[in-house]
Amino acid sequence: MKDPRVIFGRCLVLGLAWTVLAFMVLPMVIVVPVSFTDQYFLSLPKEDLSLQHYQAFFEKEIWLDATLDSVIIATSATLLAVILGTLCTIGCWRLATNLAEATRTFLLVPIIVPTIVQALALYRFWIDLDIIDTYVGTILAHTLVAIPYVVITVSASLANFDVRLEQAARNLGASTLQTIRMVIVPSIRPGILSGALFAFTISFDEIVMVLFITSRNVYTLPKRIWDGIQDHLDPTIASVATMLIALTLALLLTDLWIRQRRRSRLSSGRSDRGQP
Amino acid sequence: MNLSLRWRYWLLIAPAVLLMLVFYIFPLTQVLWLSVTEPTFGLDNYRELIERPLIHRIWWTTIRICVVTTAITVVAGYAVAYAMRLVGEQQRTWMLFCVLLTFWLSVLVRAFAWVMLLRTEGMINVGLMEIGLIEQPIRLVRNEIGVVIGMVHFMLPLAVLPIYSNMTGIDQRLMSAARGLGASPFTTFREIYLPLSKPGIIAAVILVFVFSLGFFITPAILGGGRIVMISEYIRVSFEETLRWGQATMLASSLLFAVMLTLAIFARFVDLKKVFGAR
Repeated sequence: MKDPRVIFGRCLVLGLAWTVLAFMVLPMVIVVPVSFTDQYFLSLPKEDLSLQHYQAFFEKEIWLDATLDSVIIATSATLLAVILGTLCTIGCWRLATNLAEATRTFLLVPIIVPTIVQALALYRFWIDLDIIDTYVGTILAHTLVAIPYVVITVSASLANFDVRLEQAARNLGASTLQTIRMVIVPSIRPGILSGALFAFTISFDEIVMVLFITSRNVYTLPKRIWDGIQDHLDPTIASVATMLIALTLALLLTDLWIRQRRRSRLSSGRSDRGQP
Repeated sequence: MNLSLRWRYWLLIAPAVLLMLVFYIFPLTQVLWLSVTEPTFGLDNYRELIERPLIHRIWWTTIRICVVTTAITVVAGYAVAYAMRLVGEQQRTWMLFCVLLTFWLSVLVRAFAWVMLLRTEGMINVGLMEIGLIEQPIRLVRNEIGVVIGMVHFMLPLAVLPIYSNMTGIDQRLMSAARGLGASPFTTFREIYLPLSKPGIIAAVILVFVFSLGFFITPAILGGGRIVMISEYIRVSFEETLRWGQATMLASSLLFAVMLTLAIFARFVDLKKVFGAR
Protein backbone atom coordinates (compact mmCIF):
# COMPACT_ATOMS: atom_id res chain seq x y z
CA MET A 1 0.00 0.00 0.00
CA LYS A 2 1.29 3.41 -0.94
CA ASP A 3 1.92 6.20 1.51
CA PRO A 4 -1.28 8.33 1.71
CA ARG A 5 0.90 11.44 1.65
CA VAL A 6 2.25 10.37 -1.75
CA ILE A 7 -1.26 9.82 -3.09
CA PHE A 8 -2.39 13.18 -1.74
CA GLY A 9 0.61 14.94 -3.29
CA ARG A 10 0.04 13.21 -6.60
CA CYS A 11 -3.63 14.26 -6.70
CA LEU A 12 -2.68 17.81 -5.81
CA VAL A 13 -0.08 18.07 -8.57
CA LEU A 14 -2.31 16.46 -11.18
CA GLY A 15 -5.23 18.68 -10.23
CA LEU A 16 -3.10 21.79 -10.46
CA ALA A 17 -1.52 20.70 -13.75
CA TRP A 18 -4.83 19.97 -15.44
CA THR A 19 -6.22 23.29 -14.19
CA VAL A 20 -3.28 25.06 -15.83
CA LEU A 21 -3.71 23.02 -19.01
CA ALA A 22 -7.43 23.84 -19.06
CA PHE A 23 -6.50 27.51 -18.76
CA MET A 24 -4.16 27.05 -21.73
CA VAL A 25 -6.74 25.55 -24.06
CA LEU A 26 -9.68 27.64 -22.79
CA PRO A 27 -9.33 30.41 -25.42
CA MET A 28 -9.32 27.87 -28.25
CA VAL A 29 -12.27 25.97 -26.84
CA ILE A 30 -14.29 29.18 -26.63
CA VAL A 31 -13.41 30.70 -30.01
CA VAL A 32 -14.64 27.71 -32.01
CA PRO A 33 -18.32 27.75 -30.92
CA VAL A 34 -18.42 31.56 -31.05
CA SER A 35 -17.41 31.47 -34.71
CA PHE A 36 -20.58 29.50 -35.47
CA THR A 37 -22.88 31.97 -33.70
CA ASP A 38 -26.16 32.98 -35.31
CA GLN A 39 -25.91 36.43 -33.70
CA TYR A 40 -24.38 39.56 -35.20
CA PHE A 41 -22.12 40.18 -32.25
CA LEU A 42 -19.61 38.03 -30.41
CA SER A 43 -21.53 35.45 -28.41
CA LEU A 44 -22.17 31.75 -28.15
CA PRO A 45 -24.77 30.45 -30.64
CA LYS A 46 -28.28 31.09 -29.26
CA GLU A 47 -30.73 29.13 -31.39
CA ASP A 48 -28.86 27.69 -34.28
CA LEU A 49 -25.40 27.18 -35.61
CA SER A 50 -24.63 29.45 -38.50
CA LEU A 51 -21.87 29.78 -41.05
CA GLN A 52 -22.58 33.45 -41.72
CA HIS A 53 -19.28 34.66 -40.30
CA TYR A 54 -17.34 32.24 -42.45
CA GLN A 55 -19.38 33.44 -45.41
CA ALA A 56 -18.47 37.02 -44.48
CA PHE A 57 -14.80 36.07 -44.54
CA PHE A 58 -14.98 34.45 -47.96
CA GLU A 59 -17.12 37.24 -49.42
CA LYS A 60 -15.19 40.24 -48.20
CA GLU A 61 -12.27 41.21 -50.34
CA ILE A 62 -10.33 42.79 -47.48
CA TRP A 63 -10.05 39.44 -45.70
CA LEU A 64 -9.22 37.45 -48.80
CA ASP A 65 -6.62 39.98 -49.97
CA ALA A 66 -5.06 40.02 -46.53
CA THR A 67 -4.87 36.22 -46.49
CA LEU A 68 -3.28 36.22 -49.93
CA ASP A 69 -0.71 38.83 -48.85
CA SER A 70 0.15 36.77 -45.79
CA VAL A 71 0.51 33.59 -47.82
CA ILE A 72 2.77 35.29 -50.38
CA ILE A 73 4.96 36.88 -47.72
CA ALA A 74 5.16 33.86 -45.44
CA THR A 75 5.98 31.48 -48.31
CA SER A 76 8.72 33.71 -49.71
CA ALA A 77 10.21 34.46 -46.29
CA THR A 78 10.16 30.74 -45.41
CA LEU A 79 11.94 29.80 -48.64
CA LEU A 80 14.61 32.44 -48.17
CA ALA A 81 15.12 31.73 -44.49
CA VAL A 82 15.34 27.97 -45.06
CA ILE A 83 17.85 28.26 -47.92
CA LEU A 84 20.08 30.86 -46.25
CA GLY A 85 19.77 29.36 -42.77
CA THR A 86 20.45 25.79 -43.87
CA LEU A 87 23.48 26.62 -46.01
CA CYS A 88 24.94 28.74 -43.27
CA THR A 89 24.38 26.12 -40.58
CA ILE A 90 25.95 23.42 -42.75
CA GLY A 91 28.97 25.68 -43.36
CA CYS A 92 29.42 26.44 -39.67
CA TRP A 93 28.94 22.82 -38.70
CA ARG A 94 31.47 21.56 -41.24
CA LEU A 95 34.11 24.18 -40.43
CA ALA A 96 33.65 23.58 -36.70
CA THR A 97 36.08 26.33 -35.74
CA ASN A 98 35.56 28.85 -32.97
CA LEU A 99 34.91 31.55 -35.52
CA ALA A 100 32.28 29.42 -37.25
CA GLU A 101 30.58 28.72 -33.93
CA ALA A 102 30.63 32.44 -33.12
CA THR A 103 29.05 33.14 -36.50
CA ARG A 104 26.29 30.65 -35.80
CA THR A 105 25.64 32.29 -32.44
CA PHE A 106 25.60 35.69 -34.10
CA LEU A 107 22.77 34.56 -36.38
CA LEU A 108 20.65 33.83 -33.30
CA VAL A 109 20.66 37.47 -32.17
CA PRO A 110 17.14 38.28 -33.50
CA ILE A 111 15.66 35.84 -30.97
CA ILE A 112 16.58 38.02 -28.01
CA VAL A 113 16.13 41.50 -29.51
CA PRO A 114 12.65 42.74 -28.53
CA THR A 115 10.40 42.91 -31.59
CA ILE A 116 9.52 46.54 -30.99
CA VAL A 117 13.21 47.47 -31.18
CA GLN A 118 13.60 45.55 -34.44
CA ALA A 119 10.49 47.19 -35.82
CA LEU A 120 11.78 50.67 -35.02
CA ALA A 121 15.21 49.91 -36.48
CA LEU A 122 13.89 48.38 -39.69
CA TYR A 123 11.34 51.16 -40.17
CA ARG A 124 14.07 53.77 -40.13
CA PHE A 125 16.30 51.85 -42.53
CA TRP A 126 13.48 50.73 -44.83
CA ILE A 127 12.59 54.41 -45.35
CA ASP A 128 16.15 55.15 -46.45
CA LEU A 129 16.07 52.18 -48.79
CA ASP A 130 12.60 53.15 -50.01
CA ILE A 131 11.19 49.67 -49.41
CA ILE A 132 8.64 50.69 -46.82
CA ASP A 133 5.18 49.21 -47.47
CA THR A 134 6.47 46.83 -50.16
CA TYR A 135 6.45 43.06 -50.42
CA VAL A 136 10.25 43.04 -50.73
CA GLY A 137 10.64 44.97 -47.48
CA THR A 138 8.20 42.80 -45.55
CA ILE A 139 9.64 39.53 -46.89
CA LEU A 140 13.16 40.67 -46.03
CA ALA A 141 12.15 41.62 -42.49
CA HIS A 142 10.43 38.29 -41.90
CA THR A 143 13.36 36.36 -43.39
CA LEU A 144 15.73 38.00 -40.92
CA VAL A 145 13.68 37.06 -37.87
CA ALA A 146 12.97 33.53 -39.14
CA ILE A 147 16.59 32.54 -39.94
CA PRO A 148 17.55 31.86 -36.27
CA TYR A 149 14.81 29.25 -35.88
CA VAL A 150 15.97 27.45 -39.03
CA VAL A 151 19.54 27.56 -37.69
CA ILE A 152 18.38 25.98 -34.41
CA THR A 153 16.36 23.14 -35.93
CA VAL A 154 18.95 22.36 -38.60
CA SER A 155 21.77 22.37 -36.02
CA ALA A 156 19.82 19.86 -33.93
CA SER A 157 19.50 17.60 -36.96
CA LEU A 158 23.17 17.95 -37.89
CA ALA A 159 24.18 16.90 -34.39
CA ASN A 160 22.92 13.43 -35.30
CA PHE A 161 24.54 13.35 -38.72
CA ASP A 162 27.67 11.28 -39.16
CA VAL A 163 30.39 13.52 -40.54
CA ARG A 164 32.12 10.51 -42.14
CA LEU A 165 29.27 10.20 -44.64
CA GLU A 166 30.17 13.62 -45.92
CA GLN A 167 33.86 12.73 -46.13
CA ALA A 168 33.01 9.52 -47.95
CA ALA A 169 31.01 11.46 -50.54
CA ARG A 170 33.89 13.85 -51.08
CA ASN A 171 36.40 11.03 -51.38
CA LEU A 172 34.21 9.48 -54.03
CA GLY A 173 34.61 12.70 -55.99
CA ALA A 174 31.45 14.67 -55.17
CA SER A 175 31.76 18.47 -55.27
CA THR A 176 30.77 20.60 -52.28
CA LEU A 177 27.36 21.39 -53.71
CA GLN A 178 26.76 17.81 -54.77
CA THR A 179 27.64 16.61 -51.28
CA ILE A 180 25.23 19.06 -49.74
CA ARG A 181 22.43 18.29 -52.15
CA MET A 182 22.76 14.53 -52.30
CA VAL A 183 24.17 13.54 -48.92
CA ILE A 184 23.68 16.17 -46.23
CA VAL A 185 20.30 17.67 -47.08
CA PRO A 186 18.47 14.32 -47.43
CA SER A 187 19.76 13.24 -44.01
CA ILE A 188 18.75 16.42 -42.22
CA ARG A 189 15.42 16.86 -43.99
CA PRO A 190 13.37 16.56 -40.76
CA GLY A 191 15.30 19.48 -39.25
CA ILE A 192 14.86 21.55 -42.38
CA LEU A 193 11.13 20.83 -42.48
CA SER A 194 10.74 21.70 -38.79
CA GLY A 195 12.63 24.93 -39.46
CA ALA A 196 10.36 25.68 -42.40
CA LEU A 197 7.25 25.18 -40.27
CA PHE A 198 8.72 27.47 -37.63
CA ALA A 199 9.63 30.12 -40.20
CA PHE A 200 6.21 29.98 -41.83
CA THR A 201 4.39 30.28 -38.52
CA ILE A 202 6.53 33.20 -37.45
CA SER A 203 6.00 35.14 -40.64
CA PHE A 204 2.31 34.27 -40.92
CA ASP A 205 1.68 35.50 -37.39
CA GLU A 206 4.06 38.48 -37.31
CA ILE A 207 2.34 41.76 -36.45
CA VAL A 208 4.70 44.18 -34.70
CA MET A 209 7.09 44.80 -37.61
CA VAL A 210 4.20 44.80 -40.05
CA LEU A 211 2.52 47.58 -38.05
CA PHE A 212 5.63 49.70 -38.57
CA ILE A 213 6.91 48.86 -42.04
CA THR A 214 3.65 48.57 -43.98
CA SER A 215 0.72 50.89 -44.46
CA ARG A 216 -1.79 50.44 -47.29
CA ASN A 217 -0.10 48.57 -50.06
CA VAL A 218 0.83 45.50 -48.04
CA TYR A 219 -1.94 44.38 -45.69
CA THR A 220 -1.40 41.05 -43.99
CA LEU A 221 -3.93 38.90 -42.15
CA PRO A 222 -2.53 39.67 -38.67
CA LYS A 223 -2.87 43.37 -39.44
CA ARG A 224 -6.55 42.90 -40.41
CA ILE A 225 -7.14 40.96 -37.20
CA TRP A 226 -5.35 43.67 -35.23
CA ASP A 227 -7.59 46.33 -36.82
CA GLY A 228 -10.64 44.20 -36.13
CA ILE A 229 -9.75 43.85 -32.45
CA GLN A 230 -9.01 47.57 -32.15
CA ASP A 231 -12.23 49.07 -33.56
CA HIS A 232 -15.13 46.74 -32.88
CA LEU A 233 -14.97 43.07 -32.16
CA ASP A 234 -16.33 41.75 -35.44
CA PRO A 235 -17.44 38.07 -35.21
CA THR A 236 -15.65 37.49 -38.54
CA ILE A 237 -12.44 37.48 -36.47
CA ALA A 238 -13.79 34.47 -34.58
CA SER A 239 -14.17 32.58 -37.85
CA VAL A 240 -10.67 33.60 -38.95
CA ALA A 241 -9.36 32.58 -35.53
CA THR A 242 -11.05 29.18 -35.81
CA MET A 243 -9.48 28.61 -39.21
CA LEU A 244 -6.08 29.59 -37.79
CA ILE A 245 -6.58 27.13 -34.93
CA ALA A 246 -7.31 24.41 -37.49
CA LEU A 247 -4.19 25.40 -39.44
CA THR A 248 -2.05 25.32 -36.28
CA LEU A 249 -3.44 21.90 -35.43
CA ALA A 250 -2.53 20.66 -38.91
CA LEU A 251 0.99 22.11 -38.72
CA LEU A 252 1.53 20.71 -35.22
CA LEU A 253 0.43 17.23 -36.27
CA THR A 254 2.72 17.43 -39.32
CA ASP A 255 5.62 18.44 -37.11
CA LEU A 256 4.95 15.65 -34.60
CA TRP A 257 4.71 13.19 -37.50
CA ILE A 258 8.08 14.35 -38.88
CA ARG A 259 9.70 13.93 -35.47
CA GLN A 260 8.09 10.54 -35.01
CA ARG A 261 9.56 9.38 -38.31
CA ARG A 262 12.97 10.71 -37.45
CA ARG A 263 12.84 8.95 -34.11
CA SER A 264 11.88 5.63 -35.65
CA ARG A 265 14.67 6.02 -38.20
CA LEU A 266 17.18 6.69 -35.46
CA SER A 267 15.82 4.02 -33.16
CA SER A 268 18.74 1.72 -33.96
CA GLY A 269 20.38 2.32 -30.60
CA ARG A 270 21.09 6.01 -31.01
CA SER A 271 19.18 8.23 -28.61
CA ASP A 272 17.74 11.33 -30.16
CA ARG A 273 16.49 14.19 -28.17
CA GLY A 274 15.31 16.92 -30.51
CA GLN A 275 14.23 20.41 -29.68
CA PRO A 276 11.42 20.62 -27.17
CA MET B 1 40.59 20.42 -44.44
CA ASN B 2 42.52 22.29 -47.09
CA LEU B 3 42.30 26.00 -47.61
CA SER B 4 40.18 26.10 -50.76
CA LEU B 5 37.63 23.80 -49.15
CA ARG B 6 37.54 26.08 -46.14
CA TRP B 7 36.80 29.01 -48.40
CA ARG B 8 33.99 27.15 -50.05
CA TYR B 9 32.31 26.59 -46.69
CA TRP B 10 32.70 30.23 -45.80
CA LEU B 11 30.92 31.02 -49.08
CA LEU B 12 27.93 29.05 -47.80
CA ILE B 13 27.92 31.06 -44.62
CA ALA B 14 28.42 34.45 -46.26
CA PRO B 15 24.94 35.22 -47.70
CA ALA B 16 23.08 34.84 -44.40
CA VAL B 17 25.74 36.72 -42.46
CA LEU B 18 25.91 39.58 -44.95
CA LEU B 19 22.14 39.87 -45.00
CA MET B 20 22.12 40.04 -41.19
CA LEU B 21 24.92 42.59 -41.03
CA VAL B 22 23.47 44.95 -43.63
CA PHE B 23 19.75 44.69 -42.98
CA TYR B 24 19.66 43.89 -39.28
CA ILE B 25 22.76 44.84 -37.34
CA PHE B 26 23.26 48.11 -39.19
CA PRO B 27 19.69 49.36 -38.51
CA LEU B 28 20.02 48.33 -34.86
CA THR B 29 23.28 50.26 -34.58
CA GLN B 30 21.50 53.19 -36.15
CA VAL B 31 18.92 53.09 -33.35
CA LEU B 32 21.68 53.17 -30.74
CA TRP B 33 23.39 55.99 -32.64
CA LEU B 34 20.21 58.06 -32.96
CA SER B 35 19.60 57.75 -29.24
CA VAL B 36 22.73 59.83 -28.58
CA THR B 37 22.57 62.18 -31.57
CA GLU B 38 18.93 63.11 -32.02
CA PRO B 39 18.31 66.04 -31.80
CA THR B 40 21.77 66.94 -30.46
CA PHE B 41 24.85 64.92 -29.68
CA GLY B 42 25.10 63.74 -26.09
CA LEU B 43 23.25 61.85 -23.42
CA ASP B 44 20.37 64.35 -23.19
CA ASN B 45 17.79 61.73 -24.16
CA TYR B 46 19.00 59.41 -21.44
CA ARG B 47 18.55 62.17 -18.87
CA GLU B 48 14.80 61.61 -19.27
CA LEU B 49 15.25 58.12 -17.87
CA ILE B 50 16.32 59.70 -14.60
CA GLU B 51 14.30 62.88 -14.65
CA ARG B 52 10.86 62.18 -16.08
CA PRO B 53 8.40 60.64 -13.60
CA LEU B 54 6.28 59.35 -16.50
CA ILE B 55 9.13 57.18 -17.75
CA HIS B 56 9.87 56.00 -14.21
CA ARG B 57 6.26 54.93 -13.90
CA ILE B 58 6.32 53.06 -17.23
CA TRP B 59 9.51 51.19 -16.35
CA TRP B 60 8.12 50.37 -12.95
CA THR B 61 4.87 49.04 -14.50
CA THR B 62 6.90 46.99 -16.98
CA ILE B 63 9.13 45.41 -14.39
CA ARG B 64 6.28 44.77 -11.96
CA ILE B 65 4.19 43.03 -14.64
CA CYS B 66 7.22 41.04 -15.82
CA VAL B 67 8.06 39.83 -12.31
CA VAL B 68 4.46 38.86 -11.51
CA THR B 69 4.08 37.13 -14.90
CA THR B 70 7.36 35.26 -14.49
CA ALA B 71 6.52 34.10 -10.97
CA ILE B 72 3.04 32.82 -11.86
CA THR B 73 4.18 31.27 -15.15
CA VAL B 74 7.14 29.40 -13.69
CA VAL B 75 5.18 27.99 -10.74
CA ALA B 76 2.26 26.91 -12.96
CA GLY B 77 4.66 25.59 -15.61
CA TYR B 78 6.56 23.62 -12.97
CA ALA B 79 3.36 21.95 -11.85
CA VAL B 80 2.54 20.91 -15.42
CA ALA B 81 6.05 19.63 -16.10
CA TYR B 82 6.13 17.74 -12.80
CA ALA B 83 2.76 16.17 -13.54
CA MET B 84 4.04 15.12 -16.95
CA ARG B 85 6.77 13.12 -15.22
CA LEU B 86 4.23 11.44 -12.91
CA VAL B 87 1.64 10.24 -15.39
CA GLY B 88 1.66 7.43 -17.93
CA GLU B 89 2.62 7.67 -21.57
CA GLN B 90 -0.87 8.37 -22.89
CA GLN B 91 -1.79 11.12 -20.46
CA ARG B 92 1.63 12.69 -21.00
CA THR B 93 1.06 12.83 -24.75
CA TRP B 94 -2.19 14.68 -24.19
CA MET B 95 -0.56 17.14 -21.80
CA LEU B 96 2.28 17.78 -24.20
CA PHE B 97 -0.21 18.23 -26.99
CA CYS B 98 -2.06 20.98 -25.06
CA VAL B 99 1.24 22.75 -24.37
CA LEU B 100 2.48 22.56 -27.95
CA LEU B 101 -0.85 23.64 -29.42
CA THR B 102 -0.80 26.73 -27.21
CA PHE B 103 2.83 27.34 -28.14
CA TRP B 104 2.16 27.31 -31.87
CA LEU B 105 -1.16 29.17 -31.86
CA SER B 106 -1.18 32.72 -33.19
CA VAL B 107 -0.56 35.25 -30.44
CA LEU B 108 -3.21 37.51 -31.97
CA VAL B 109 -5.81 34.75 -31.89
CA ARG B 110 -5.01 34.17 -28.24
CA ALA B 111 -5.21 37.85 -27.36
CA PHE B 112 -8.50 38.13 -29.26
CA ALA B 113 -9.94 35.16 -27.39
CA TRP B 114 -8.95 36.67 -24.07
CA VAL B 115 -10.53 40.02 -24.88
CA MET B 116 -13.69 38.19 -25.81
CA LEU B 117 -13.67 36.25 -22.56
CA LEU B 118 -12.61 38.98 -20.18
CA ARG B 119 -14.34 42.16 -21.32
CA THR B 120 -17.22 43.58 -19.27
CA GLU B 121 -19.88 41.96 -21.46
CA GLY B 122 -17.60 38.96 -22.05
CA MET B 123 -18.31 35.35 -21.29
CA ILE B 124 -16.62 35.16 -17.90
CA ASN B 125 -18.55 38.11 -16.52
CA VAL B 126 -21.84 36.96 -18.05
CA GLY B 127 -21.28 33.45 -16.76
CA LEU B 128 -20.45 34.58 -13.24
CA MET B 129 -23.47 36.88 -13.16
CA GLU B 130 -25.79 34.13 -14.40
CA ILE B 131 -24.80 31.75 -11.65
CA GLY B 132 -25.17 34.63 -9.19
CA LEU B 133 -21.59 34.81 -7.94
CA ILE B 134 -21.32 38.50 -8.78
CA GLU B 135 -23.85 41.25 -9.34
CA GLN B 136 -21.74 43.77 -11.18
CA PRO B 137 -19.36 42.80 -13.95
CA ILE B 138 -15.74 42.81 -12.73
CA ARG B 139 -13.16 44.74 -14.71
CA LEU B 140 -10.83 42.17 -16.20
CA VAL B 141 -9.42 43.96 -19.22
CA ARG B 142 -7.78 47.31 -19.67
CA ASN B 143 -6.05 46.74 -16.35
CA GLU B 144 -3.10 44.80 -15.02
CA ILE B 145 -5.13 41.67 -14.28
CA GLY B 146 -6.01 41.30 -17.96
CA VAL B 147 -2.45 41.95 -19.10
CA VAL B 148 -1.03 39.41 -16.66
CA ILE B 149 -3.62 36.76 -17.64
CA GLY B 150 -2.79 37.20 -21.32
CA MET B 151 0.96 37.23 -20.74
CA VAL B 152 0.95 34.18 -18.47
CA HIS B 153 -1.03 32.38 -21.14
CA PHE B 154 1.49 33.32 -23.82
CA MET B 155 4.53 32.43 -21.71
CA LEU B 156 3.37 29.11 -20.19
CA PRO B 157 4.75 26.85 -22.94
CA LEU B 158 8.09 28.66 -22.65
CA ALA B 159 8.21 27.61 -19.00
CA VAL B 160 6.83 24.08 -19.28
CA LEU B 161 9.14 22.93 -22.08
CA PRO B 162 12.57 23.72 -20.54
CA ILE B 163 11.51 22.55 -17.06
CA TYR B 164 10.17 19.30 -18.47
CA SER B 165 13.22 18.74 -20.63
CA ASN B 166 15.43 19.15 -17.55
CA MET B 167 13.24 16.85 -15.43
CA THR B 168 13.55 14.01 -17.94
CA GLY B 169 17.25 13.90 -17.00
CA ILE B 170 16.63 13.46 -13.27
CA ASP B 171 17.29 9.96 -12.00
CA GLN B 172 14.09 8.80 -10.26
CA ARG B 173 16.07 6.32 -8.13
CA LEU B 174 17.49 9.22 -6.11
CA MET B 175 14.01 9.92 -4.80
CA SER B 176 13.42 6.27 -3.96
CA ALA B 177 16.73 6.27 -2.11
CA ALA B 178 15.74 9.33 -0.08
CA ARG B 179 12.38 7.77 0.78
CA GLY B 180 14.11 4.53 1.72
CA LEU B 181 16.35 6.45 4.09
CA GLY B 182 13.26 7.76 5.84
CA ALA B 183 12.63 11.18 4.27
CA SER B 184 8.98 12.23 3.98
CA PRO B 185 7.58 12.73 0.45
CA PHE B 186 7.68 16.49 0.89
CA THR B 187 11.23 16.51 2.25
CA THR B 188 12.31 14.32 -0.65
CA PHE B 189 10.82 16.79 -3.08
CA ARG B 190 12.29 19.82 -1.34
CA GLU B 191 15.75 18.45 -0.65
CA ILE B 192 16.34 16.26 -3.71
CA TYR B 193 13.98 16.94 -6.58
CA LEU B 194 13.72 20.72 -6.40
CA PRO B 195 17.49 21.36 -6.36
CA LEU B 196 17.98 18.93 -9.24
CA SER B 197 15.35 20.70 -11.32
CA LYS B 198 16.89 24.11 -10.70
CA PRO B 199 18.58 24.42 -14.13
CA GLY B 200 15.18 23.97 -15.77
CA ILE B 201 13.63 26.59 -13.49
CA ILE B 202 16.39 29.07 -14.26
CA ALA B 203 16.01 28.47 -17.98
CA ALA B 204 12.27 29.07 -17.70
CA VAL B 205 12.79 32.26 -15.67
CA ILE B 206 15.19 33.63 -18.28
CA LEU B 207 12.96 32.84 -21.24
CA VAL B 208 9.81 34.18 -19.64
CA PHE B 209 11.37 37.29 -18.17
CA VAL B 210 13.31 38.27 -21.28
CA PHE B 211 10.35 37.78 -23.60
CA SER B 212 8.03 39.58 -21.17
CA LEU B 213 10.27 42.66 -21.00
CA GLY B 214 9.84 43.50 -24.65
CA PHE B 215 6.40 42.00 -25.17
CA PHE B 216 4.16 44.20 -27.23
CA ILE B 217 1.05 42.54 -28.64
CA THR B 218 -0.77 41.11 -25.64
CA PRO B 219 -0.17 44.10 -23.32
CA ALA B 220 -1.25 46.46 -26.09
CA ILE B 221 -4.50 44.58 -26.72
CA LEU B 222 -5.44 43.57 -23.18
CA GLY B 223 -4.08 46.73 -21.59
CA GLY B 224 -6.25 48.77 -23.95
CA GLY B 225 -3.98 51.81 -23.76
CA ARG B 226 -4.38 52.10 -20.00
CA ILE B 227 -1.59 49.80 -18.97
CA VAL B 228 1.40 51.16 -20.82
CA MET B 229 4.50 49.02 -20.81
CA ILE B 230 7.77 50.13 -22.28
CA SER B 231 7.16 48.57 -25.74
CA GLU B 232 3.84 50.32 -26.07
CA TYR B 233 5.37 53.61 -25.02
CA ILE B 234 8.08 53.25 -27.66
CA ARG B 235 5.33 52.98 -30.25
CA VAL B 236 3.53 56.01 -28.81
CA SER B 237 6.63 58.19 -28.72
CA PHE B 238 7.43 57.23 -32.28
CA GLU B 239 3.99 57.21 -33.86
CA GLU B 240 2.16 59.93 -32.04
CA THR B 241 4.80 62.40 -31.06
CA LEU B 242 7.42 61.52 -33.72
CA ARG B 243 10.18 61.97 -31.20
CA TRP B 244 12.93 59.84 -32.65
CA GLY B 245 15.40 60.76 -29.95
CA GLN B 246 13.08 59.57 -27.21
CA ALA B 247 11.87 56.49 -29.08
CA THR B 248 15.40 55.31 -29.89
CA MET B 249 16.58 56.05 -26.34
CA LEU B 250 13.76 53.91 -24.90
CA ALA B 251 14.43 51.17 -27.46
CA SER B 252 18.12 51.20 -26.60
CA SER B 253 17.45 51.05 -22.88
CA LEU B 254 15.03 48.15 -23.43
CA LEU B 255 17.76 46.37 -25.37
CA PHE B 256 20.25 47.08 -22.56
CA ALA B 257 17.78 45.75 -19.99
CA VAL B 258 17.46 42.50 -21.96
CA MET B 259 21.24 42.19 -22.32
CA LEU B 260 21.73 42.91 -18.63
CA THR B 261 19.23 40.23 -17.63
CA LEU B 262 20.97 37.73 -19.91
CA ALA B 263 24.40 38.72 -18.62
CA ILE B 264 23.31 38.17 -15.03
CA PHE B 265 21.83 34.76 -15.78
CA ALA B 266 24.71 33.69 -18.04
CA ARG B 267 26.68 33.11 -14.86
CA PHE B 268 24.32 30.34 -13.74
CA VAL B 269 23.41 28.54 -16.96
CA ASP B 270 24.53 27.99 -20.52
CA LEU B 271 22.43 30.54 -22.38
CA LYS B 272 22.78 28.79 -25.71
CA LYS B 273 21.21 25.72 -24.21
CA VAL B 274 18.36 27.81 -22.83
CA PHE B 275 17.54 29.16 -26.28
CA GLY B 276 17.72 25.67 -27.77
CA ALA B 277 20.88 26.33 -29.74
CA ARG B 278 22.85 23.47 -28.29
